[in-house]
Amino acid sequence: MNLTIDELHKLYASGDAKPSEITQAVLDRIEQTNDRLNTFLTINKEAALHRAAEADADIKDAVQTKPLAGIPVAVKDNMCTTGIRTTCGSRILGNYIPPYTATAVAKLEAAGAILVGKTNLDEFAMGSSNENSAFGPVRNPVNEGYVPGGSSGGSAVAVAADLSSVSLGSDTGGSIRQPASFCGVVGMKPTYGRVSRYGLVAFASSLDQIGPFGKNVKDVARTLGVIAGRDRYDSTSSNEVVPDYVNALTGDVKGLRIGVPPECFGEGLDAEVKTSVEAAIKKLEERGAEVVEITLPHSKYVVAVYYLIATAEASSNLARFDGVRYGFRAEEARTLSEMYKQSRDQGFGAEVKRRIMLGTFALSSGYYDAYYEKAQRVRQMLCNDFAEAFQKCDLIATPTAPTPAFKLGEKVNDPLAMYLDDIFTVTINLVGVPAISVPCGVSSNGLPIGLQLIGNHFDEARILNAAYAHEN
Amino acid sequence: MKEGWEAVIGLEVHAQLSTESKIFCACSTQVGEEPNSNTCPVCLGLPGALPVLNRQALECAGKAALAIGLRINTESIFARKNYFYPDLPKGYQISQYDKPFSEHGTVEILSAERDEGGRPIEWKLKRFGITRAHIEEDAGKSVHDIGDPGKSHVNLNRAGTPLLEIVSEPDFRTSWEAYDYVAYLRRTLQDIGACDGNMEEGNLRCDANVSVRRPGEPFGTRTETKNINSLRFIQKAIDYEIARQIHVLESGGKIEQETRLWNEKENRTYTMRSKEDAHDYRYFPEPDLPPLEVSAAWIEGLQNSLPELPETRRQRFVKEYELSPEDALTLTASRAIADFYETVIETSGNHKAAANWMLSEVLRELKNADDDINASKLAAENLGAMIRLIDNNTISGKIAKDVFAEMWANGGDPDTIINEKGWVQITDLAAIEKIVDEVIANNPKQVESYKAGRVQLMGFFVGQTLKASGGKANPQAVNDIVKTKLG
Repeated sequence: MNLTIDELHKLYASGDAKPSEITQAVLDRIEQTNDRLNTFLTINKEAALHRAAEADADIKDAVQTKPLAGIPVAVKDNMCTTGIRTTCGSRILGNYIPPYTATAVAKLEAAGAILVGKTNLDEFAMGSSNENSAFGPVRNPVNEGYVPGGSSGGSAVAVAADLSSVSLGSDTGGSIRQPASFCGVVGMKPTYGRVSRYGLVAFASSLDQIGPFGKNVKDVARTLGVIAGRDRYDSTSSNEVVPDYVNALTGDVKGLRIGVPPECFGEGLDAEVKTSVEAAIKKLEERGAEVVEITLPHSKYVVAVYYLIATAEASSNLARFDGVRYGFRAEEARTLSEMYKQSRDQGFGAEVKRRIMLGTFALSSGYYDAYYEKAQRVRQMLCNDFAEAFQKCDLIATPTAPTPAFKLGEKVNDPLAMYLDDIFTVTINLVGVPAISVPCGVSSNGLPIGLQLIGNHFDEARILNAAYAHEN
Repeated sequence: MKEGWEAVIGLEVHAQLSTESKIFCACSTQVGEEPNSNTCPVCLGLPGALPVLNRQALECAGKAALAIGLRINTESIFARKNYFYPDLPKGYQISQYDKPFSEHGTVEILSAERDEGGRPIEWKLKRFGITRAHIEEDAGKSVHDIGDPGKSHVNLNRAGTPLLEIVSEPDFRTSWEAYDYVAYLRRTLQDIGACDGNMEEGNLRCDANVSVRRPGEPFGTRTETKNINSLRFIQKAIDYEIARQIHVLESGGKIEQETRLWNEKENRTYTMRSKEDAHDYRYFPEPDLPPLEVSAAWIEGLQNSLPELPETRRQRFVKEYELSPEDALTLTASRAIADFYETVIETSGNHKAAANWMLSEVLRELKNADDDINASKLAAENLGAMIRLIDNNTISGKIAKDVFAEMWANGGDPDTIINEKGWVQITDLAAIEKIVDEVIANNPKQVESYKAGRVQLMGFFVGQTLKASGGKANPQAVNDIVKTKLG
């Protein structure tokens, strides 16, 4: 089944298929696979079929006017959806039904998309393998013994396994790009402020960004165009004009300066990943791009800086899950303090609790300067590294992840090894620039490998075009 | 204060800003409505909701900061203050920490110690520093044991109401200085419409940091007393705390750094939490809000939009209307009173008489009625007109009291009242002469006694004449005529 937007719109325009038929087929496929892959936490069956039936009537016209008319989409279950359970992969929000819809999701729907379900994720988007979900891990459709990556594992798999055309994930330290790389799809983290965060349940507010997954670059470009833009409900969203990302896909990369930082090709990088990424860069060079060596001197600090800032913000963002209002409350508690402690102890999983403790410590009186404050200073130095690099080049190319997908259970008991998996992606969130992961090869055991292309602030169009050139 | 001791007092005043909507969302700030009705995803702290700063709250905070003499920073940073409490829906309060909205203020205000009866002893101009005033959101309210015993309820209608937290320097040495300072803040903020200033309802709240020391020594350990909801309680709570601390120290004890609560029923403070239980608020910059940037032009515009402030006006009243500092303070207690007074002056052309009538009759009646001057039936123009009638001898001071009582009770203008009631003063000398003649004719015995040397009977004839005129005869004229007639 080819679910790319162009393909579906061709079928809709010719009358060879209707949204209700496609939606039904997609829902059937979700039902057939979900026991195994565990992609969806909530299947939005009735509402999706109802919406698809409504779309049938004027779909031939709608494909001209609405960029996602009749397109089945999946959304990571940390984006609020009115009337549809939003769990964040956590027991603490297990039965939470929000009274409002996230701006990005509302924009998808306004563009004609049909929401087929909410996808599985690492609890509160904290994880790199999707094994931290309270609802069980997602499996990689390429090889079900392997993880799909995380935290947006469900959204990556939804696209990879043809359970939706495109999907939305959120990326705080690589949570879109790494699963895209592991599952062999395209995934983009836009510039911080490019897409409204309103309705995205916050993990680390200064790093979180919603972005699209797609089978190809064009679908990602089109979906980004739909969800991008200023939102008056998000003070950190940007006024920067949203260009036509699809029109920008010329495939012409002549003269494009691609920076390659040696720091990202050294020790710890899987040999097959290295070979594939270098070959992809070479391919772009053959098409007229110019490769320049750049340096990102503070790269060695990124994981430490990231895990201080992200956990500090998370410790505050997750304070609201205290058993008082929505969600889970430990019933056996007798005092307020017991209610807090027991609700949070029972409601959160181990990784979330670990990060809350790390973040609480980093912000504590007497430690703030040594940890959080210092991390912010290094973050500024990283921003300076990138500003300097972008004097010399237009895009930066790195591997998305140091290895292809690993086996389920392989790193579960070694959080530090898991954290190191984010080494090439977290920097991008700290600096706030956009980046994409596009498939660039397959390992000897058949697992996908991703190329990461990084651009300057609001330079998504240039990234997408280079990725498009690579793809074709 | 006990001999040989000095108190050091600093105050944190939380003023709810008078805005229609909450600081980070569009919900109404009305609190009296159905619990949790004025709420939305933002002020409920629902997952995924984000704050957006309300411009009206910002302007209100700006005016308030300027009115109490603070400098507004062109860039300030919102910060999260993290602590757990059921009526704090996000688990943190959005406040400011490192870079507050405004800083570096000094106020020069009147203050006086009071005698045992609470009467001011001597008013003096004093200067107190204000460290900073920052913008933050209010929490909701916890309500205990209503309906279901043992259960607590949370009402988030108040959550997200804008607050200005005004932090003073530790510049106060007595409880009355603290009292006068908070009274000044309240008067000023009310005057510019930035805060309703109703302490009982909690829209102006005060925490007092108190320590004592021997003069010349470094600061002692301080305690913070919270939950003080009237001016009088501020003064009492501070005095209680000073006495308690001196007692502890003189008994060889140590002051514990702690947070205490004022109990108004028992007139004392209690330990609320000790230093060990103190919160670590883990402040850090609020990532959901960009730095708050305001332009110099915006600040200037606000400054220009401010009316004459109560303290400036008070000082002008002293100079321009020759009032005592204390009377000037009374007449600037609210903008309405001061405006009323100046209208009376304008229409009467007599600032002294205007002040006398205001300070005696008007304020007494207002106090009796427990009312606002704007709600009274008395119009300032009419009081002014009445004073003019006294000054041009149309009515006597005695009649004026009746005219005032009538205007207070039923409104109306003095001309109509005196015409209707026939209270016009008789200044026609011939008419007065006629009455005097009658009084002399009717009292031959007294005339004889007077002529025999009992000159003190003069008052009798004057009194009888005034009485016969129904109080309308001009007393000076009566005096003169009686004197002449009796030779």
